[in-house]
Amino acid sequence: MDLSFGPEYDDFRAEVVNFLDQNADKAPKGNDLRGNAAKDWQKLLIEKGYTCRTIPKEYGGYGAEPDIVKSRIIAEEFSSARVNAGLGGQGISMLVPTLLEMGTQEQKEQFIRPTIHGDMVWCQGYSEPGAGSDLASLTTSAVLDGDEWVINGQKIWTSTAHIADWIFCLVRSEPDAPKHKGISFLLFDMKTPGIEVRPLVDMTGVANFNETFFTDVRVPKHQIVGERGEGWQVANAILGHERETLAPANTAQTRINALIELMKQESVNGDALINNPVYRDRLMKLQGKVMAMRFNELRILSARLNPGQNPGLARMITKLEGTELRHDLEGLAIDVMGELGLAYDDNPHLRNSGSWQREYMYFLGLIIGGGTSQIQKNIISERGLGMPREPKIEKAS
Amino acid sequence: MQFGLSEEQILLQDNVNRFLDDNTPLDRVRTYAEGGEDADIWAGLTELGVPALLIPEEHGGIGLQPLDAAIVAESLGAHIAPTPFLGSAVIAPTALIAAAGDHGDLLAAIAAGTHRVGIAFGEAVAARNDAGIRVNDGLVNGTSMYAFDAEADSYLVADHNRHLYLVQADDPGLTRTHLVTVDKTRRNVELNYDNVAAQTISTDPEVFAAALDVGRLALAADTLGAAQNMLDQAVEYAKQRKQFNRPIASFQAVKHMCAEMAAQLEPCRSMVWFAGHALAELPDEARVTACHAKAHLAEVGQFIAKTATEVHGGMGFTDLVGLHYWFKRIGANRQWLGAPEFVREEAAVLQGI
Repeated sequence: MDLSFGPEYDDFRAEVVNFLDQNADKAPKGNDLRGNAAKDWQKLLIEKGYTCRTIPKEYGGYGAEPDIVKSRIIAEEFSSARVNAGLGGQGISMLVPTLLEMGTQEQKEQFIRPTIHGDMVWCQGYSEPGAGSDLASLTTSAVLDGDEWVINGQKIWTSTAHIADWIFCLVRSEPDAPKHKGISFLLFDMKTPGIEVRPLVDMTGVANFNETFFTDVRVPKHQIVGERGEGWQVANAILGHERETLAPANTAQTRINALIELMKQESVNGDALINNPVYRDRLMKLQGKVMAMRFNELRILSARLNPGQNPGLARMITKLEGTELRHDLEGLAIDVMGELGLAYDDNPHLRNSGSWQREYMYFLGLIIGGGTSQIQKNIISERGLGMPREPKIEKAS
Repeated sequence: MQFGLSEEQILLQDNVNRFLDDNTPLDRVRTYAEGGEDADIWAGLTELGVPALLIPEEHGGIGLQPLDAAIVAESLGAHIAPTPFLGSAVIAPTALIAAAGDHGDLLAAIAAGTHRVGIAFGEAVAARNDAGIRVNDGLVNGTSMYAFDAEADSYLVADHNRHLYLVQADDPGLTRTHLVTVDKTRRNVELNYDNVAAQTISTDPEVFAAALDVGRLALAADTLGAAQNMLDQAVEYAKQRKQFNRPIASFQAVKHMCAEMAAQLEPCRSMVWFAGHALAELPDEARVTACHAKAHLAEVGQFIAKTATEVHGGMGFTDLVGLHYWFKRIGANRQWLGAPEFVREEAAVLQGI
């Protein structure tokens, strides 16, 4: 057991903390993918190596060797300082790693630099009305006609499709192949004729999701990542990684500390709610869970740094436990505030900018998205515990 | 950076597991539960050095750390082994080492397995209205309930000031009465003191608290082992048991129960490791972490005890399968040395909340 990372990393942490002290005021608030402030901040973070750290310099990144400890230190310090950690979005978090792994040289050169600098916003066309948890049953078709794919069908939950420049999209290109082997991974411009985007307002009141319709959308043949029929493998190269990082424990830690402050400030009949034994106990129960998840992440990190160490089921359970925990944690803050906890939008009595309600609902979305809690439980029981799959139901003829 | 067990620790746990596999199968535990002895089990564990784990080498011990005690406790919990481990190997050595004065002879006797020290901490952890002790002029009077274990040679007694005293089991003023509890894998006694000679071990509340921390860690680890074993039994049973022409393990209703158990339990392992490490190396975090480990394992353990039993259907409810021994052990660990609500309140106060 050795929890120290060594002096090199202590120095690195000090450098990050110092940067945050000096520059935090330049960070944009909120999550604007398009604003100049966000782009300037992103540029600064890339220069310093605090985002897009391992993306090669030739594609506009910082070009560092992968170092998971440094990445973790950056995440921890930005989270605890509550400072914007750079541009997010599925182009940066999903497409860029996919291209680095599976893309052609031309694709890397064309797409990575503008994407990470915020000049090219992407959306992800995976889910369909009939293909949610069973994603591989997707039916949006792509038929080759000369040098072009012709795409017809519908996607749903396409986050940021309304502002996106391009889409990375799973389509069925080989209708006669088994379902996992008939999918291709295409990239195309959202201004291509035949694309219609209809916003889908979610329960938080935001229209970040969309329904996206394709009618005879024509896409140049070479805008494919991987080979024809390999789209499922291309998409899955990084899907598991996305799940693990949806609800990191350091953010849960930051939130529970904010909740403790809230409970000290809010009072009923003159008594601070931190002194109410029922709320106190609920708070401490959650703090214990957050602690357990922090140590679970230490185990994951350690298994990455020490090949041969078995992380057990530590990685497989983080999406399920992490998202449920955050939902419970945000929900306790609402209970603590009572009627005040219902305040939303521009209500003058808002606490913490309304983040408790927003996150409470947002994490319900994450419990469902990225593989529902129920799908996670299937994965844990089948791959983790070796329990058999549900028998297939014969097709009714 | 390496967060996990060392090769030596894995070897230690393997050795203890191998001994317990051979010597405390369910039938042997049943013999104890029906009134038998645990002396042979303890003698075997003594050969492996279990009572000597935390005792310094100068007193015939091995000089290991709380994390090592935790991984042994995990094995004992998995095997629901009847032993005086918690008092004699964990709490008493920790207190005697932390206390001022020379306790080398007693530590040596504990390490050699020739002397078992029990604990009577109820008064200091959560005084209940049927009990109560007073210590005046070196004499104890009153009652301790649910002291552990039943066959101890002496008892470490804590009063409400968190002072620690040692009393001898054969003191003519001491009456020891077996108290029946649901957990038959370990035996509790009531101690009635009538002018019993009390040797003062410590008047420093910090000594009591240090011993309590390690004791709570050991209980959390015992629950970790017991809960993991119940989960393993449930998964195995579900794979064997067929209904509607298929293993019940292929029904999502059953799979999801098992996945929920696994998902809640897996972080507990890291929590016990960290809490053990913190008690030796991270004084600022140690006590809060020990409290949270005790309370969190109590909650997860309770969930798994119930859910694993349900996966077994009617058989889980019978004595035939014996799953109830694990269920009850986890239930006892939850109450011993502080129920979760009290322990969480301690964690809050420790953080200035």
